[in-house]
Amino acid sequence: MTTSPIDEHVHELGMPAFDQRIADAVAKSVELGGEKQTALKAKNLKTDQEVRWCPGCGDYVILNAVQSFLPSLGIAREDMVIVSGIGCSSRFPYYMNTYGMHSIHGRAPAIATGLAASRPDLSVWVVTGDGDALSIGGNHLIHTLRRNVNLTILLFNNRIYGLTKGQYSPTSEIGKVTKSTPMGSLDHPFNPVSLALGADATFVGRAMDSDRKGLTDVLRQAAEHQGTSLVEIYQNCNIFNDGAFELLKDPLTGTQWSIPLVHGEKLVFGPDGASCVVADGFGGLRIAETNQVDESDIVVHDAHRTDPSYAFALSRLSSQDLRYTPMGVFRSIQKPTYDAMMNDQLEDARSGQPADLDALLRGSDTWTVGA
Amino acid sequence: MTHSTPETSAVEAPPSAPGGLVKSVVALDRVVIRLAGDSGDGMQLTGNRFTSETAAFGNDLSTLPNFPAEIRAPTGTLPGVSSFQLHFADHDIMTPGDAPDVLVVMNPAALKANIADLPGGGLLIADSDEFTARNLAKVGYAENPLEDGSLDGWQLVSVPLTSMTTDALAGSGLGKKEAERSKNMFTLGLLSWMYHRPTEGTVRFLERQFRKKPEIAAANIAAFRAGFNYGETTEAFAVSYEIAPAPMAAGTYRNISGNQALAYGLVAAGQRSGLPVFLGAYPITPASDVLHELSKHKSFGVRTFQAEDEIAGIGAALGASFGGALGVTTTSGPGVALKGETIGLAVMTELPLVIVDVQRGGPSTGLPTKTEQSDLLQALFGRNGEAPVPVVAPRSPADCFDAAIEAARIALTYRTPVFLLSDGYLANGAEPWSVPAADTLPDLRVEFATEPNGENGEFLPYLRDPETLARPWAVPGTKGLQHRIGGLEKADGTGNISYDGANHDFMTRTRQAKVDGIAASLPPTEVDDPDGDATVAVIGWGSTYGPIGAACRRIRRSGRSVAQVHLRHLNPLPADLGDILLSYDRVVCPEMNLGQLSLLLRAKYLVDVQSHTQVTGLPFRAAELAAVLQDVIDSTGTEATA
Repeated sequence: MTTSPIDEHVHELGMPAFDQRIADAVAKSVELGGEKQTALKAKNLKTDQEVRWCPGCGDYVILNAVQSFLPSLGIAREDMVIVSGIGCSSRFPYYMNTYGMHSIHGRAPAIATGLAASRPDLSVWVVTGDGDALSIGGNHLIHTLRRNVNLTILLFNNRIYGLTKGQYSPTSEIGKVTKSTPMGSLDHPFNPVSLALGADATFVGRAMDSDRKGLTDVLRQAAEHQGTSLVEIYQNCNIFNDGAFELLKDPLTGTQWSIPLVHGEKLVFGPDGASCVVADGFGGLRIAETNQVDESDIVVHDAHRTDPSYAFALSRLSSQDLRYTPMGVFRSIQKPTYDAMMNDQLEDARSGQPADLDALLRGSDTWTVGA
Repeated sequence: MTHSTPETSAVEAPPSAPGGLVKSVVALDRVVIRLAGDSGDGMQLTGNRFTSETAAFGNDLSTLPNFPAEIRAPTGTLPGVSSFQLHFADHDIMTPGDAPDVLVVMNPAALKANIADLPGGGLLIADSDEFTARNLAKVGYAENPLEDGSLDGWQLVSVPLTSMTTDALAGSGLGKKEAERSKNMFTLGLLSWMYHRPTEGTVRFLERQFRKKPEIAAANIAAFRAGFNYGETTEAFAVSYEIAPAPMAAGTYRNISGNQALAYGLVAAGQRSGLPVFLGAYPITPASDVLHELSKHKSFGVRTFQAEDEIAGIGAALGASFGGALGVTTTSGPGVALKGETIGLAVMTELPLVIVDVQRGGPSTGLPTKTEQSDLLQALFGRNGEAPVPVVAPRSPADCFDAAIEAARIALTYRTPVFLLSDGYLANGAEPWSVPAADTLPDLRVEFATEPNGENGEFLPYLRDPETLARPWAVPGTKGLQHRIGGLEKADGTGNISYDGANHDFMTRTRQAKVDGIAASLPPTEVDDPDGDATVAVIGWGSTYGPIGAACRRIRRSGRSVAQVHLRHLNPLPADLGDILLSYDRVVCPEMNLGQLSLLLRAKYLVDVQSHTQVTGLPFRAAELAAVLQDVIDSTGTEATA
């Protein structure tokens, strides 16, 4: 077979020329159904499926925030794909009028990697939870982060297993009494942000389900980031772990214990800015009283530092009881993405060596038998 | 020296010339050579080069590499022995040969591990330099067998291969250790002389292989030539052998291994479907060479993704299939076990996916480098729920090409995962291949959905094609066809989540009917019964084709009749298979497992299949199979038809 000519659709879509037939199908659908619509409203993203989370679940708030914010990205809904695993959060794709796959437990990052690597024209999202991403799917998560595939991962962290009815999760605080741990859980929890930074993730953020503005702000930056973005979203499970994040949600204590991360601004927080973050003597960070330190010693947040140590130190400020929890974007740096590099290799290979199937099959050592 | 064997004995043997340098040439119709040495001696490379020379000469051939899982087991020990067997002939052959006519051993361990396979009177060439007290002691020889008369039953030729190699390279500037490493090329030179092999290809190969180390290339070429010249001048070998080229159908031929043919089949499937190929794989013996080969063909739009584990490999492939690629994952038995849940997801989401299982000895890690056919039932049933998956198996190394295209055809046409069951013997074995013209290969184009298919202008992702029962393949990016798929049961048509019992019953039966319906696209089953009067049939699948075929030839030469059926499709089985099997008095099924196909045939057709099994990690020997068949035929009372 001869190679396909590079078609203009392909260029328009930013798709490699190999994927001509995919580009043709997309073009034909546009021909039949009209131009792609990028001016969307939240309601355009809703499906006819009844949302089946428990009343009062934090997932509703996140769904509403995502549906309200996505249109601002200017991406047609057919160009968005949401891939999820298993768990309460993983029902998310059914409620979004985009392409979607509700896959199997823990594997969403792997499935999304194959899709994003072969279809760089799409906006690919992974919706996962603390059990899905950090227990059964922990391996895929860290490898996806280190590869820097162009996708956005929303990790709904409710610190409990909801869909299996209330066992402790890898983010549950140690000593958690649940159905499977009547005397308290014994494992030390993961800090998802620390884990992601340990895997050298290029974008890591954290937001609260009920904080529409903060959540939208982090989501926008995550979506605009080229490469893998991980956003940890604290999400309340009102059935099995109600009030898990109350310390941060409560207007009074929230101000006291949350550290808002704003790039280029000093890390000062608490009522009247009474607390701040300074360098400790060991390359890490510590909390200090603002009026006890020299102003020049207060750390100015820099999400663009190439070295992940600073962002990691930020992630270690908080303890499992949520005091001193930084909220916002910890790290956002530029690195070549896996999918772009993969497609560059394909283009390089093709420019160096035309795809001639007959020549490939013959190889270099043949002999001929006459008729 | 003669090479006579039970399979053919038409050997013209002109009287050997007396000694001196007058050499005689003996014509043979076939030879089986086995090279055996330490894992570090380069036996696989030597065997492959001899194979290429033989292919270039135009003989029919079949190879059997046999090596340990350890990359470098302790030098000189039995676990470290690696061997390569090559059968070549002036006629069409089907197996790498039951037993060697010629055994070359590079050390005492290789002798000990292989001598039992060399029939009495066979030619034994040994590197006498390596039969040192230390090496003998390593494998428990109290005396040097080259000198104590214990090998009198064979034609022993002791040759100081190592020292002759270092002597030949004395002026090369290489150290002794480095020079010794070329002894395999010296040996190859000697064998090339003995069997009149063309040598230019090997010289070119060495130049290419060591392009960046010209001194190593020069040393290897010098050792190769020295071995050839040694054969020509020594008195140790008075005879050389000619094996005429085999008559083959007109065409362009090349030598090809199973894994290479399988990879080429996948590239071809991508080209003939017009779809990008996406391979998600985790390295595993003996499948890794498919990943290696496909990673070279990016210019064909082939993306290869070396995943963090087996599960991610298939997951990424399925994700790519959702996006419109021909998703492929390659593995061996242990990897299939890990992929099971994702295969179930592919069954539920009804997306095309090719799962290549290059089988090896199991269970668990088992015998990584040895062959077996014991994943058939895993492929068919190794998942939760009713999860039917079509299964296709190649029968020879070159046939891996066609089998890969067939697997892709089924995956794309029926939107289903498909198993392609190769095995270690096919993967590493090689044979001549008549190279097809690309434009004669099957057209695998399928249509993506581009517009709504529902009565009310909606898109129904599970509305099926009435003929194939395939659902539409609507790729992300296609306007107006946004839909959600997943592992939960689907409502018929809409694909929405459904927990309705009647719907689940319907969908389960529909998925099964879709796979069963593939049988309608298969050609009638071929039955090889040249005399047409056989009352005993032998049925097999996969790599046993060669040994079963060779056994059938023996049976027919003995004046008996036997019918051979060899299955390409294990699921669904061909529609006419039951009637075929029921038309014979006896049915024998040889397998390299404990009777997995027999179990299926008995269950499905109520045929009293006689299972004959072996799990030694090596293919069947034709002579042994022929004896089994002969017993069955004779006890069935079949009249000899000579």
